Amino acid sequence: MKIQELIDKTRFTVINAGSDTGRNISKPYCCDLLSIAMSSAPADGIWFTVMANLNTLAVAALTDTACVVLCQNTALDENALKKARTEGITVLATELPVFDAALLAYEQLNAADASIPADESQTCRNPETTCDA
Amino acid sequence: MPSLHYEYQVSGDDFTRAGEASSDIKNKLKQMGVSPSAVRKAAIAIYEGEINMVIHAGGGAISVEILPDQIAMELIDHGPGIADIGLAMQEGYSTAPDAVRSLGFGAGMGLPNMKKYSDEMTITSRVGEGTTVSMVVRFE
Repeated sequence: MKIQELIDKTRFTVINAGSDTGRNISKPYCCDLLSIAMSSAPADGIWFTVMANLNTLAVAALTDTACVVLCQNTALDENALKKARTEGITVLATELPVFDAALLAYEQLNAADASIPADESQTCRNPETTCDA
Repeated sequence: MPSLHYEYQVSGDDFTRAGEASSDIKNKLKQMGVSPSAVRKAAIAIYEGEINMVIHAGGGAISVEILPDQIAMELIDHGPGIADIGLAMQEGYSTAPDAVRSLGFGAGMGLPNMKKYSDEMTITSRVGEGTTVSMVVRFE
């Protein structure tokens, strides 16, 4: 699913659209400790956090995160917003807690995958088979 | 390709600028066509180093050499040094102050992450004199 489709489906508020809303999202990721996010945030992931500061954006950029979602109405200050704009990072916001927001995105990602014919889908749903996709 | 050499200064206590070196190196490696996974590894390793210098050492210097098959990074600071490197390498061990934790750092993952994302890493440190971390990330 692309970032723009996710925005349309979830109605998360767009704080900064970023340079590429046509980018594909890999999976949701939830974490508020930046040191841990740095080591574990998946490339092209959608990262849910209440940690809204400049360093959140630096970590997002370095880990190739597709999109940051600030949960429970946390907000970027002016400096951080400027960084999001210059780095072209997509930043969304929601009043939902981290779990609820990630679940909503997860459901939308799965629904989008299910609508793709099986031979075109890159998602592996059978836990008994390994998936290299 | 000849080797390319870059130098960066990291200023102490300035979290707003931490990440400038890693971001710049990331862009350079990307432009050179280095694989995304190697770019990510090098960028994370340097960023953790930058953050460590800001938190613990009052800043420092980063020297980077890019070769056709690898990037070698040397991070030098003149901070307080590390008394017990083995302990500092343990995940979860941290001496970061609360103000740093409130920013989302100080989880005791800095050095372990640098080790995890580099293919080679050596630390030399003297209490009261400073610390030098050398890392290599090979391009697959």
